[in-house]
Amino acid sequence: MKRTPLFDFHIQYGAKMVDFAGWEMPLLYAGIVEEHHHTRQAASVFDVSHMGRIEFHGADVEKLLQRVCTRQLGDAQPGQSRYSHVCNESGGILDDVIVSRYPDHWMMVCNASNRERILNWLHRHAEGLDVRIEDITEATLMIALQGPQVIPLLSQKLPLPVADLKRYRFLTGSYMGITYSVFRSGYTGEDGVEIILPANMAAMIAGYFPGLEPENVKPAGLGARDTLRLEAGMPLYGHELDENTDSLTAGLGWCVDLNKDFIGAEAMRKRVAAGLERKLVGIELEGRRIARHRASVFHGGVPVGEVTSGTFSPTLQKSIAMAYVRADLAEPGTRLEVDVAGKPTGAVVVKLPFYKRN
Amino acid sequence: MNPAPADRKYSKTHEWFKVDGDVVTIGISQFAADELTDITFVDLPKPGTQIVAGQPFGEIESVKATSALYSAVGGEVIEANAALADQPELVNQSPFDEGWMIKVRVSDPSPLEGLMDATAYNAMIQE
Repeated sequence: MKRTPLFDFHIQYGAKMVDFAGWEMPLLYAGIVEEHHHTRQAASVFDVSHMGRIEFHGADVEKLLQRVCTRQLGDAQPGQSRYSHVCNESGGILDDVIVSRYPDHWMMVCNASNRERILNWLHRHAEGLDVRIEDITEATLMIALQGPQVIPLLSQKLPLPVADLKRYRFLTGSYMGITYSVFRSGYTGEDGVEIILPANMAAMIAGYFPGLEPENVKPAGLGARDTLRLEAGMPLYGHELDENTDSLTAGLGWCVDLNKDFIGAEAMRKRVAAGLERKLVGIELEGRRIARHRASVFHGGVPVGEVTSGTFSPTLQKSIAMAYVRADLAEPGTRLEVDVAGKPTGAVVVKLPFYKRN
Repeated sequence: MNPAPADRKYSKTHEWFKVDGDVVTIGISQFAADELTDITFVDLPKPGTQIVAGQPFGEIESVKATSALYSAVGGEVIEANAALADQPELVNQSPFDEGWMIKVRVSDPSPLEGLMDATAYNAMIQE
């Protein structure tokens, strides 16, 4: 199993480690719910070094990325990031990624579980183009700092105007000759940043947090990351998104520009013309039981869909889930039943996200 | 982590069994609670229910997963921990005490002899 540069930090903080996409990652330190609340109320640091980081150099990079990404990237300015999907020819989602434009190159962050596949896909479509693709995942580390206290704290600690940084913009800084990038983005529904820096800065980063702890920044694991993103209605590849799903059905049509020519565009235009059969919805369940991935959803006893993710929301104190349901049943307020451990459980469609920060 | 107390027996599936006359109190170990992570729901049988040795008597659910609860002994449930309905987190916080699950009037106590003591159980979970 692969270890991130912050492995020793996790052990030092008593993490319970698990295998995630071939990486030995922290599931939790103090507890999933405690870390969840701390992120909503203060600030947490997540090691997200397992995520794939791919750099692109050359004259044809924009051409390649415009071809493989669903999102319009042509008007992206240096210092800007954009969430996009990468699709196959039939419009099925191969991965969801964030593409960032630097002054002289581009960078993509992809899911750990899809890294090999995306690299192969990119190499295949870069043939004949002036593009150099470099996998910088293991040469770098990536952390996410998330929570309402992150920006005030970093404004004091970093010599960068982080407070003025808009969402999905990034800044590049230099510390003793080491360059790093700070992105105003995240996967928790809270304000915060994601930072990429060289892997050999792990010891410095790890030494940075004890001074901030315990009132401010505490480490949080993949468990809290999942409950936080679910409350925020954010999709997870392998659950809400996969090769059998398209971006429009997933409710992420805003990251698709059907006016440009990208891989999967033709198939998606056909789907739009034919009308979508299913839609991704948020649901709230009665009681405390959790609807699990692939649990069946019914309407008046008739099967109408499937749960993609579910949890007991620590913030709302409700059982929540996301599910694909028949398109005519996607209106908030629609009553459904979900198979929870063999028992039909009452549920109602609600607007996504479940949680929105003030 | 709270070590397994010496005043009770343990099963391979991480339940504990504390004997008081013909009544056995059943719960899960700290190791099991930690493995499950934050517990969100515990489904327990109502008093009066007959449970069967070696069969599931309930379910426990955490943010991470759902698991069955097994009893090594059969008998009549005389009490279920009502506090767990609203505070399932008691199982995480105090698995050997406030997080107990059911009390059973045992018909045949002999399966208890095949269970581990605290020393053997602690050795098993350290493997």
